[in-house]
Amino acid sequence: MNGYGCTLKKEEQAVFALRGLYEQYGYAPYKMSKFEEYDLYVRNKEFLISDGVITFTDTDGKLMALKPDVTLSIIKNSRDEAGCVQRVYYNENVYRVSEDAHCFKEILQTGVECMGDIDDCTLYEVLRLAAESLRRIHPKAVLDISHLGVLEDLLAPLALSAEGQAAVYRCVGEKNAHELQAVCDTYGIPDPTADTLRRLVGLYGPPAAVLPRLADLLGETPAVAQLRRLTDAFAGSAWAEMLRIDFSVVAAGRYYNGIVFKGFVAGSPDSVLSGGQYDKLMRRMGRRGKAVGFAVYLDRLGRDQEAAGYDVDALLLYKDGCDLAALMAAADTLRQEGTLILQKEIPQKLTYRRLYAFEDGEVRPL
Amino acid sequence: MKEMLNIALPKGRLGEKVYAMFEQAGFPCPSIKENNRKLIFENQEAGVRYFWVKPSDVAIYVERGAADIGVAGKDILLEYRPQVYELLDLDIGKCRMAVAAPAGFRDDPNRTLRVATKFSRIARDYYAGQGRDIDIIHLNGSIEIAPILGLSDVIVDIVETGTTLKENNLEVTETVVPISARLIANKASFKFKNEPIEKILQQMAVLTER
Repeated sequence: MNGYGCTLKKEEQAVFALRGLYEQYGYAPYKMSKFEEYDLYVRNKEFLISDGVITFTDTDGKLMALKPDVTLSIIKNSRDEAGCVQRVYYNENVYRVSEDAHCFKEILQTGVECMGDIDDCTLYEVLRLAAESLRRIHPKAVLDISHLGVLEDLLAPLALSAEGQAAVYRCVGEKNAHELQAVCDTYGIPDPTADTLRRLVGLYGPPAAVLPRLADLLGETPAVAQLRRLTDAFAGSAWAEMLRIDFSVVAAGRYYNGIVFKGFVAGSPDSVLSGGQYDKLMRRMGRRGKAVGFAVYLDRLGRDQEAAGYDVDALLLYKDGCDLAALMAAADTLRQEGTLILQKEIPQKLTYRRLYAFEDGEVRPL
Repeated sequence: MKEMLNIALPKGRLGEKVYAMFEQAGFPCPSIKENNRKLIFENQEAGVRYFWVKPSDVAIYVERGAADIGVAGKDILLEYRPQVYELLDLDIGKCRMAVAAPAGFRDDPNRTLRVATKFSRIARDYYAGQGRDIDIIHLNGSIEIAPILGLSDVIVDIVETGTTLKENNLEVTETVVPISARLIANKASFKFKNEPIEKILQQMAVLTER
């Protein structure tokens, strides 16, 4: 990676690679302040990944929050422009409760948002960017795609309670077919629909394998047709092998619609990328346009990066009164092979690969 | 070298039953039956590596990806809500999460109910569903003595045969949720090791239907 690969941490390498990618597709960088009025998050609480928000009172008495999310701020500052699509990307720190640590964390997040006249072309572009983002992070990656319309079409005629709907979504999200049956019994979901839901949970695999089975199950509904159009467009591309259809990708909250997706890379136990279409959130925030985007969770990367096992490549010992210019010249030469530190004595806790001594104007390996 | 599938098994009687199912499903590892104190066993030919862990830790191993799949009780899944796929009800290790109280206990709905339990979240959710005001007393063991010593009014705990309750003059008053062992999978492993996981799932499903 342009000579920086060995120095940058995994998440820094990802930011570096992804920024170039997004700019290549014409996405403009979006920079924002660390704070936002708390009210924005209270009004759109269901859109947030975690409930917790760090708040403080500003000097003018306004209750402010350290940003737990980026998308809401971008929408707030977006403009409606008929026939156009506004494309932005961001690299921002957000502050929210980590799902792993169950406490507040500063999380470096990068992602893209498209707002405006979103059509299949834009959706495909965003899916492609998501797939390429994953590929740039790790050569072994999977992009799971789902369409919320598939579940919505099945549940709409049933007029389920919010509680019932949440129970169905939870079971689908967990691939929990056995409990889904119990939920269907509890909420009086008719057997044919319950059976379709259970089969839907069992569907997983490349689009070419899953879509024919999906069409047999549901017919060529608009949601199925859109899934087919978008995944067909990948045929023969470098990303085709990465795609899977998976209906367990059920975005939380009532703000998403249409295509939703999650990305996984080998070595990270949970998804590292998450995104989808969120027209409903745009409506709620008074925008006429549609929107789609995704976030890459950089905090979930890096665990598979091999630890160096030592603090510096080389330790060069010198004595008082040595020729400083010659010492520095010798150190600079050694630095061409890696990191080097100068010391008069070996520090107790320092680990190194090579040890040298500078004596009589010469470097001697020890 | 064949990519190994890491399987976390719950230590104890349930784990032995579960291993027998994996063996029947075509994923044997004979060394696991050797009488020693080893915790990790593998069969390169079958592509499986088993390890014994504390039953309540199985879900953590799977959620964090140290294990690709594992078997955990529904009680643990409800209490800790790990981000995993719950693929199959194995229909073994069956018991129930129940509310138990001293024989003849009369619940006064006007008073806050004091509930002793190891399963705080399950208890909280259960009573929240009823709109009941409760005071959770989290204990780590010997839950049954809490009402006897006046520490709580009732307990929420796992009931298998009911013998321990009976011997402590307690009786089940309500069933919270039925419990059994579940096959769970790490979300990323499900993508990257899909073939062996699907194979195990299908074989185990056949076994549970018998």
